[in-house]
Amino acid sequence: MDGTGLIVSSSPHQRAAVSTPVIMSDVILALMPAALAGVWFFGLRALAMMVVCVAAAVVTEAGLERLMRKPLTIGDYSAAVAGLLLALVLPPDLPLWMGAIGAVFAMAIAKLIFGGLGQNIFNPALIGRAVLLASWPVFMTRWRWPIFQAPWIPDFDAISSATPLALWKLSGIKTPYLNLFLGNVAGSIGETSALAILVGAAYLLWRGHISWRIPVSFIGTVAVLAALFGQDPLFHVLAGGLLLGAFFMATDYVTSPVTPKGQIVFGIGCGVLTVFIRLYGGYPEGVCYAILIMNAATALIDRYTVPRKFGEVKKVA
Amino acid sequence: MSFKSELTKGLVRENPTFRILLGMCPTMATSLAISNGIGMGIAATFVLIGSNVIISMLRNVIPSRIRIPCFIVVIASFVTMVDLIMAAYVPKLHEVLGIFIPLIVVNCIILARAEAFASKNGVLYSLADGIGMGLGFTLALTGLSAIRELLGTGTLLAVPDFGFPGFKVFDRSLAAVMVILPPGGFITLGLLIGLLNSLTRRNKKAAQA
Repeated sequence: MDGTGLIVSSSPHQRAAVSTPVIMSDVILALMPAALAGVWFFGLRALAMMVVCVAAAVVTEAGLERLMRKPLTIGDYSAAVAGLLLALVLPPDLPLWMGAIGAVFAMAIAKLIFGGLGQNIFNPALIGRAVLLASWPVFMTRWRWPIFQAPWIPDFDAISSATPLALWKLSGIKTPYLNLFLGNVAGSIGETSALAILVGAAYLLWRGHISWRIPVSFIGTVAVLAALFGQDPLFHVLAGGLLLGAFFMATDYVTSPVTPKGQIVFGIGCGVLTVFIRLYGGYPEGVCYAILIMNAATALIDRYTVPRKFGEVKKVA
Repeated sequence: MSFKSELTKGLVRENPTFRILLGMCPTMATSLAISNGIGMGIAATFVLIGSNVIISMLRNVIPSRIRIPCFIVVIASFVTMVDLIMAAYVPKLHEVLGIFIPLIVVNCIILARAEAFASKNGVLYSLADGIGMGLGFTLALTGLSAIRELLGTGTLLAVPDFGFPGFKVFDRSLAAVMVILPPGGFITLGLLIGLLNSLTRRNKKAAQA
């Protein structure tokens, strides 16, 4: 026997044909509608923010990996995705250098210090946003309306205005569904247009890169809880960063559970936290913190939701 | 063991903040501005030197079963002195440092030096240990607070007690508030420890090569 036909190796024996660069470039493609909507509504300023954030993220990852003499991983596009996601959750008029600091922090502190892609506990883009919000709260809550008239708001001021969620929380004004759906409201660059986000999300679902479990349980929980608390569920689903967060942030492979049951628990947890922060918290929006808090619980959720092996019988006490 | 090595070990080699990671609570709370950091460092150094010397003198008469209460009594006497002196001469600093001055009594660095060093070594060595560890703590606080004051408020070396507003480096509205909040403190400290460790490792490698 020459031994060439029989190779004994340890698992895994089956590998998926898709690789990280393929998935990541698909994510970038899926984010394009939201990015384009951001440029359409907020102008070239939004585009500049995306370019700065992506460049800062990629340069930081490459620079630090070279410094630490680690293999370069910018070719898997995960740094570019994190930079783009960060830009999409920043206000359009934030100074560009602040966006760059957010991206550097997201890559250096939230990702590379933990060991790079696959090792980070928290979603890097959301950490970048949280750090910027904690550092420059004034700049991070300065919003702009892409339209020049909003008849449902008294004393409308397009230059400095509140997001639909802040308007609702502080003055009880509800933005019409159509504006929320199309995206001509104040908000972060990529979060305003529900339509654009749903188009991108549909592409990711069709390609099979994300499962329905986290987004559906996340958004569903928000809708149900909002209704239970006497709020308008559709408004809470469309307003703010929920859709972007549920489809693109909460589904991050690295920082969300891998077990099917765990993903549902994760989504429900995110939803509950989001509603409670929105209704009772100090901030009008809670998606970012909700996902970050659930990121911290991911390992625990995975441990308690390990699926039964085929043929395994429940132990009788 | 020599006087000089006991004196210098606290600066870098066995720095209480960066190496032994003791006294984290006052480190986080008082490293918001250089003047606070230095003030806290000097106060702790004074207590450390005093308690080290007295405890070392009394080490043969303190019964080992009740040694910790005895240490605390000695330390608390010096802390009371510092507290009253600061309240008299630098009232603004005293107000900023607030509860953290009385809390020097239970500062881990001081208790640890009393327990691990002064109660086992002679007066002269204990004096050197106290000076070195105190200076190491002051140095660490100064470095940490310089970074946090600069990034978190945009000024450097503000001393409210002398009515000095500090050197303005950039506008306060551009300063990163997070740096003077607790998470910024932990992140800055972590990065400094990492930097120090990688420098030491590089030096070791260079020495071996």
